[in-house]
Amino acid sequence: MISIDCELAGVPLSNPILAASGTFGFGKPYADLYPLRKLGGIVSKGLTLTPRLGNTGTRIYETPSCIMNSIGLENPGIRAFLEHELSDMTSHGTAVIVNLGGGTVREYAEGAELLTEAGRKLRSAGKRAVDMIELNISCPNIKEGGLAFGIENEQAREVVRAVRNATTLPLLVKLSPGAKDLREMARMCEAEGADGLSLINTIQAMAIDIRERRSVFDRAYAGLSGPAIKPIALRMVHQVARSVSIPVVGIGGICSAEDILEFIMAGAAAVQIGTYNFINLRAGDTLAEELIQLMENEGIQSLDDIRGII
Amino acid sequence: MALVIQNVRLAHRIYRLTVQGSYSARMGQFFMLRCWDAYPVLSRPISVHNLTEDSVSFLYRVQGTGTWLLSALQAGDKIQLEGPFGQGFPKPQGRTALVGGGIGVAPLLLAAKEIPEASVYLGYAGVPFGVNGFHEISRDVTVKSGGTIVDAVDPSRYDTIFACGPVGMMHSLAQKAEGTNAKLHVSIEKRMGCGIGACNSCTLTAAGSNRKACTDGPVFLAKEVNWNDLHRL
Repeated sequence: MISIDCELAGVPLSNPILAASGTFGFGKPYADLYPLRKLGGIVSKGLTLTPRLGNTGTRIYETPSCIMNSIGLENPGIRAFLEHELSDMTSHGTAVIVNLGGGTVREYAEGAELLTEAGRKLRSAGKRAVDMIELNISCPNIKEGGLAFGIENEQAREVVRAVRNATTLPLLVKLSPGAKDLREMARMCEAEGADGLSLINTIQAMAIDIRERRSVFDRAYAGLSGPAIKPIALRMVHQVARSVSIPVVGIGGICSAEDILEFIMAGAAAVQIGTYNFINLRAGDTLAEELIQLMENEGIQSLDDIRGII
Repeated sequence: MALVIQNVRLAHRIYRLTVQGSYSARMGQFFMLRCWDAYPVLSRPISVHNLTEDSVSFLYRVQGTGTWLLSALQAGDKIQLEGPFGQGFPKPQGRTALVGGGIGVAPLLLAAKEIPEASVYLGYAGVPFGVNGFHEISRDVTVKSGGTIVDAVDPSRYDTIFACGPVGMMHSLAQKAEGTNAKLHVSIEKRMGCGIGACNSCTLTAAGSNRKACTDGPVFLAKEVNWNDLHRL
């Protein structure tokens, strides 16, 4: 009997397939299309302490087998999320992970405190709350903070430490492919108490409108994602998984059960589906079943049997 | 997957695609269409042009790779449709006009079917297309080729106006409607990622705050739209 149940940083998941931040809202838009309990979990749209309107100008653009986005962390803020979105997000019978963004170390820490405190109250009232925080130090699309924290080790250390001190929730740190030394940063996050790592965030990229003689995006650069970045993400997951002993969540252009097995073989404990949610709005509906079918075809009984075998 | 019944070229770069199936959609709503695998990455949001008991049709202009692939479809081919999505045109009040510019005439045929007494204004830069369908429904159809159709519309004659077309056309109609009693609703086209409100790619400013073209729109009250934002895109 093939089973794909798993556990991530102490949180049980019905399968290793999570919906990636920024591609799934807070779950609601997809809930009309299929039962979200078919996913192992949902990672929220990136949330900041205070609301953000996001970036001006073009926000999405296509390149071969990729998209570029410059949303700029548009979000209602953590308080509004807790008040208006969380109860719906926890109603789908799947794990709830909040992606936490920020501009300053203090903002990140205050956000983590709010989420933790709200969780404490909800749990003591017997209600479901946020299961995990994914610390986003790698958003390439905001001016202050974001990616800046994900490049330099010492800046990353400061924010990871502050958030670790601010929360008792399991903590994933989402790494940037732009980090100066990715393996070193991964080891630093582990040393600072991260319960897991997720990677990669989008790759900073550029597109030019030759007729207008300007960058397509107001902020010049934007984040690249989609099938074409999968080999890069796979290499980075492989490198990081061999450098740390905490679980690693693979993200980057995953579009099939085959892709999922590649990431597991590279060492991932779980995966996140991002751009593929746009290619196939019902992506999460069948992926877990396709994964089981593929494992059966390949004679794989358990993900543990193949995890990190490469 | 749905079956293509017909994909007819109506004019240069303009096609009408008819797909088999029983669909329900309100005027001004759209579907996300794709007839390819992973490239291009995104599906294409196309408004509903017409509905029958067993088909839905879309009028579209070949603009890039996605619509070029759509244009190659033939009867018997398969296509994927998700929808209908978005808030369409609201229920009109009083005397109504439908104003379309270029490919913006697309969603107005369904509106004309629902409001057969509406005056229809269709403007084209070149050779008109898709006009016959309107003539079959409405006795009051004005067609203009060249110039701007806005010149032919007197907003003070109407209580409700639905418009779809280039940003410049809709903006000048909005300016012309200022100070009249006409309530102008415009259908806004934006690049979309998901079409269902998850990705925040199609944000625009309306009524002073962020709105999503996919789920809050694509139809907005013209007086609430920040036109300066839209002109830049």
